[in-house]
Amino acid sequence: MKTARKNRLLLILTVVVGVGLAAFLVSLAFRENLTFFFTPTQVAAGEVRPGQPFRVGGVVIPGSVERQPDGVTVRFRLTDTRAEVPVQYTGVLPDLFKEGQGIVARGTLDGAGLFVADQVLAKHDENYMPPEVADALKAQGAMPDHEMLRKARP
Amino acid sequence: MIVEWGHFALTIAFVLALVQSVLPLWGAARNRADWMAVAVPAAWGQGLFLVLAYGVLTYAFIVHDFSVLYVAQNSNSTLPLIYRITGVWGGHEGSILLWALILAGWTVAVAAGARSLPTVYAARVIGVMGLISVGFLAFTIFTSNPFERVFPVPADGADLNPLLQDPGMVIHPPMLYMGYVGFSVAFALAVAALLGGRLDATWARWSRPWTTAAWMFLTIGIALGSHWAYYELGWGGWWFWDPVENASFMPWLTGTALIHSLAVTEKRDGFKAWSVLLALTTFSLSLLGTFLVRSGVLTSVHAFATDPGRGLFILTFLTLVVGGSLVLYAWRAPRVRALIHFAPLSREALLLANNVLLVVAAAAVLLGTLYPLAVDALGLGKLSVGPPYFNTVFVPLMLPLVVFMGLGPLIAWRQGKAADLPRLVWRIGLPALIGAVVCLAILGLGWRRYVLGISLWLAFWTLGLSAYGIVQRLGRRGYTLRAWRQLPRGFYGMHLAHAGIALFMIGAGVVSTLEAERVVRLAPGEATELAGYSFRLDAVYPVTGPNYTADEALIVVSRQGREVARLRPQKRLYTVRQQMMTQTAFDAGMMRDLFAALGDRLPDGAWSVRVHYKPMVRWIWLGTALMALGGLLAVTDRRYRLDAVRARRSGVAQVQPA
Repeated sequence: MKTARKNRLLLILTVVVGVGLAAFLVSLAFRENLTFFFTPTQVAAGEVRPGQPFRVGGVVIPGSVERQPDGVTVRFRLTDTRAEVPVQYTGVLPDLFKEGQGIVARGTLDGAGLFVADQVLAKHDENYMPPEVADALKAQGAMPDHEMLRKARP
Repeated sequence: MIVEWGHFALTIAFVLALVQSVLPLWGAARNRADWMAVAVPAAWGQGLFLVLAYGVLTYAFIVHDFSVLYVAQNSNSTLPLIYRITGVWGGHEGSILLWALILAGWTVAVAAGARSLPTVYAARVIGVMGLISVGFLAFTIFTSNPFERVFPVPADGADLNPLLQDPGMVIHPPMLYMGYVGFSVAFALAVAALLGGRLDATWARWSRPWTTAAWMFLTIGIALGSHWAYYELGWGGWWFWDPVENASFMPWLTGTALIHSLAVTEKRDGFKAWSVLLALTTFSLSLLGTFLVRSGVLTSVHAFATDPGRGLFILTFLTLVVGGSLVLYAWRAPRVRALIHFAPLSREALLLANNVLLVVAAAAVLLGTLYPLAVDALGLGKLSVGPPYFNTVFVPLMLPLVVFMGLGPLIAWRQGKAADLPRLVWRIGLPALIGAVVCLAILGLGWRRYVLGISLWLAFWTLGLSAYGIVQRLGRRGYTLRAWRQLPRGFYGMHLAHAGIALFMIGAGVVSTLEAERVVRLAPGEATELAGYSFRLDAVYPVTGPNYTADEALIVVSRQGREVARLRPQKRLYTVRQQMMTQTAFDAGMMRDLFAALGDRLPDGAWSVRVHYKPMVRWIWLGTALMALGGLLAVTDRRYRLDAVRARRSGVAQVQPA
């Protein structure tokens, strides 16, 4: 009987240690991989350090998309109507990426204030605006009229 | 007029679902046989009327009835027939109707076999499934009616979302829903057993095949979704830890835990309360998945514009289901706890470890998926949890799991032989390690690619142990064809599923270590090199599809001057929605995929092109296919078929008071 109890204790200890270890791993990885969302206004106000990965969302300013000479790097400006952030992305943009469209980009700021994106998200549904972008725009009191933006295109 | 019949059929199905839940549950509580007898016919009736409603909606799609709002939003006169049929579940309302239809299908399947169950238990199971139906049908009718008319009638429809106009989309959602909804059976079996206050052999024996069946469909659904994302979203990845993927993966993890915990419950009469809790959790996570996808709270590639009222409805429903079942559990489970004894080295101990690891993994995924939502809801800011979090947490948890997975079937119940462990490590573990090292050496990879080395080692370990286990078991009966055939299918199913995990690990390990990708600017005639392959852009020319126009590129891939594949990726413009779509092209092979996607046309006539080299990526889906096949073998095991036959022969249902 004594060994049975000892075995059970051993088992419980193993489970506790295992779960504890997992919890430790989780919290460690968790803190390192949280990516915060900032609006262009917050970025312009210097709330983000260069090199710190974060996400920024806004509307692509019509007419701001410029392709660089290498053919695969694109620069554009994002706005929440109050401030602008220049963004650079190398790669194939998502199909729904358009001027006047709300998008979310993930990446880091370089020293000169250019946001170097490693991922650009535009959505499945063209009337859909990422909630972060919609909120960011609402916070500025400027939820844009999509039609207006579309007409404003050159 | 026909559309109104559909709406009417839906309403009748809702009423029948009410009948199917209230009367049998009440009857079971009062032991009224006549009320309980309503369960089976009501389930059939509900199923029949839902088939009718679903058929009517499909008909409206086929004949282009744009007076139906849902059809007008999700179809178009140029949409090919196949996508008009699958377009029924291309939007929110139709998806929910499909959900309800599949739930009715599972209910009818349970009802068909209910004769072999004690009457009271059967009435409760069907009644609980009826309650879930009531929730979903109320949701459909009151917030997401697919039969709503629109006036004035639009001249043409707004077309189906181009992303969904794809063969992968044809079968991915139904399979996923079959899995999600299938866990409702395990849920109902558990709740009914709790209501009756006894977790007996009937419950455990019944739960096993139904859980495995649902798990099998969910596995297929997730694999198809992964494959669809791989080629349709055009990013070349096969898993993104996207919240919607996580939503389907969490019930898969707990469902896998449930399958293994039920094995202990059936064989050793242990882990009972735990199995019940897992059954409740798994279905709750399925509902959570539906909520996450359908309420629009997520920022994800899958997030479609949705209505917050619907989210609130599902959230309320979810709270009722989770809260109600947990209260019931807290009230009843202490009565049914059974402590079984087993040694630290025994199959039970290994299965316990399996369960702990799977549940911790599911919890970690849940944390990463819900944390951003919680933080946002509390107004503390907006953030997201990146794929590195999931990889860092998930992979280390899975490694010991795979070690135990291989060992489990070879260690005896109750008390494993102490000598087994070192023997298996020497005979299987060491050769597997040598094999992995040799593979790395052949590939010319150094120690820094140890992740690939570990996945190969564990894959070989699993395959070796499975082969060893089968041979050992045959050995007791002699190596004859007859002995081979006499072993139960469930036994082969288990080993096949474990081997599937091994193939998956080989594929995932190789592709994530050795894949290559390049984005380049190519003018027609120019070529780029990638992983020893030359991709030459020959020409770009316009093509026209039924509802789109496209630029198609011809990319000729050659290796050492010899042509190996011609890829024809397209950049489509779906004319109705004016939506651009990248149609990727790939050349699939067991050892490698070559993959190309067309980017944008540059002002000088060149194109930006993305090319990928994906070694052994097919093994990922081959592995999942084996897992599903293993599930199929286990479900069709002879003992379950014999049960069904016996029930039919005896004809009379046993009556067992609760």
